[in-house]
Amino acid sequence: MSVIIGFLFMAAVYLILSRSLIRVVIGTGLLSHGAHLLILTMGGFSGSAPPVLEDSVTDFVDPLPQALILTAIVISFGVTAVFLVMAYRAYQELETDNMTLLKGNDEHD
Amino acid sequence: MINLLLFPVLIPFLTAMILMFFPKRVSAQRTVTVIGMIASVISSAILLYTVMRDGVQAVTLGSWPAPFGITMVSDPLSAGLVLTSNLITLAIVFYSFRSIGAGREKHFYYPAMMFMLTGVNGAFTTGDIFNLFVFFEVLLMASYVLIVLGGEKRQLRESIKYILVNIVSSAFFVTTVAMLYSVTGTLNMADIAAKVSEIGQSGILTVIAVMLILVFGLKGAIFPLYFWLPSSYAAPPVPVLALFGALLTKVGVYAIMRTVTLLFPHDPGFTHEMLMILSILTVVAGCIGALAYFDLKQIVIYNIIIAVGVILFGVSQMNMAGLEGAVFYLIHDMFIKAGLFMLIGVIIAITGTSNLREMGGLLKTYPALAWTWLVAAFGLAGIPPLSGFFGKLLITQGAFEAGNLWGGIIILASSLIVLLSVIRIFIHAFWGEPKPVKGTSKQIYRGLFVPAALITALTVFYGVGTEWLRPVMFDAAEILHQPSIYIDAVLKE
Repeated sequence: MSVIIGFLFMAAVYLILSRSLIRVVIGTGLLSHGAHLLILTMGGFSGSAPPVLEDSVTDFVDPLPQALILTAIVISFGVTAVFLVMAYRAYQELETDNMTLLKGNDEHD
Repeated sequence: MINLLLFPVLIPFLTAMILMFFPKRVSAQRTVTVIGMIASVISSAILLYTVMRDGVQAVTLGSWPAPFGITMVSDPLSAGLVLTSNLITLAIVFYSFRSIGAGREKHFYYPAMMFMLTGVNGAFTTGDIFNLFVFFEVLLMASYVLIVLGGEKRQLRESIKYILVNIVSSAFFVTTVAMLYSVTGTLNMADIAAKVSEIGQSGILTVIAVMLILVFGLKGAIFPLYFWLPSSYAAPPVPVLALFGALLTKVGVYAIMRTVTLLFPHDPGFTHEMLMILSILTVVAGCIGALAYFDLKQIVIYNIIIAVGVILFGVSQMNMAGLEGAVFYLIHDMFIKAGLFMLIGVIIAITGTSNLREMGGLLKTYPALAWTWLVAAFGLAGIPPLSGFFGKLLITQGAFEAGNLWGGIIILASSLIVLLSVIRIFIHAFWGEPKPVKGTSKQIYRGLFVPAALITALTVFYGVGTEWLRPVMFDAAEILHQPSIYIDAVLKE
């Protein structure tokens, strides 16, 4: 699991550092996936045990990380949607998706 | 167990929801926003009064026992900050009427503002670290809307970077919370604090503390992480800039204060030393920026960075004087930054430019504006009866008590540079030969100037009325200094 998380973070960093805007957006998506898997792993990863709390059940996993992931997934979903729309608008208005051309320059400042 | 402390979070939220039903009717939008804001200000004032009278208030949602449910906590610090944010937002709402333009007003400007206030108040009030993340996302999401609203080329260009920086820092935040949960097994801030002091702050916890400082430092703009701030903040129109400059970075600063005083106060040799060095570097970097530019917006934006450094320097001293000074300076800075940004908005509206070289001689045509600016500038630098003085006095006192002589001297020297940077604006914009200006109608000038002058008057009151405000600041600093008060109030319900 930790290898997958590490790989996701690695891929995310690579994509975020690339020039194309759409790759950056996908990179942020992967970054949040990595973070979500990390929550799951950190909460104790115990196979197929259900997240329930009842007196008779003895073999269960902590339900809290799953609740946290749910919240975090919803948030990252919304943020990614906003980011995609904004990237598209920026592409339309600025007529480029190249991050190096989006640097601030003096004629605007 | 009272629900009062939820009102400053819920009222802006409900106002925003109502506002979203009729986006095209501008006057109705304005009326509902003002009503909602006044209700929010009143409830937060009552909250502050209650907190001062009865001590720290806590409510756990859904009546779960304390460490399990989501806890909201109001101590004098968070109640004071909530009241401050509400007052500033109210002033900026009035300021927006004449400056933001109907186009933006019809496209969810006020709801976005209200949602942002929801996030800010929530982040100040919450006592649960994951909930803090959620409120950060609420305020960031609203700030994405505000920064890009209008869709000018420059706004789009800068908002892409702003969003990217904040998404990365949010991902770091989630990662850090996950690690913290795996070590302590709880998310309640008071419970984390209790557990950390029980098991001792081991190496991994110090790493988590540093990661938290990194995450909040990225939002609060401390030294190596402030690079995104100046250009992003300069992109949106002035009312949005005032809102961001007064509130957003301060949420990050508040979160750092909680991190180093409540959660991880046990390894000051490392975390606090690091914070102190970073804050001094922040002050120095901010000073260089504030002197380097001839652009009104940039000068005041770099002053935000200086102030963040000064506040965190006070926090890193970890003694009563330093903490009280930091609390004092934090609230002072929120007011004065809002005032300054609103005043430069007036200047920009009159001259039609933000370049200092192209303006001059406004003293003859707009004397009231000039003197208000001078008062605000002196307040920012901390000339004695005004608001910045007492906070800086206490921070410096704290530094000397803690033996950080050089740090204290640098903070004092930075005041001179702050004064120079804002007086340069006075000299270039108000003195000298009058230059032909674009001008503006009497009505717009009044609509912009009155809220700005009111906020400046509030800062004067804040400085002169130090004696009355002292108990609030003292209680706030005492809770920061002795986290056990906070922990007991939450866990011993």
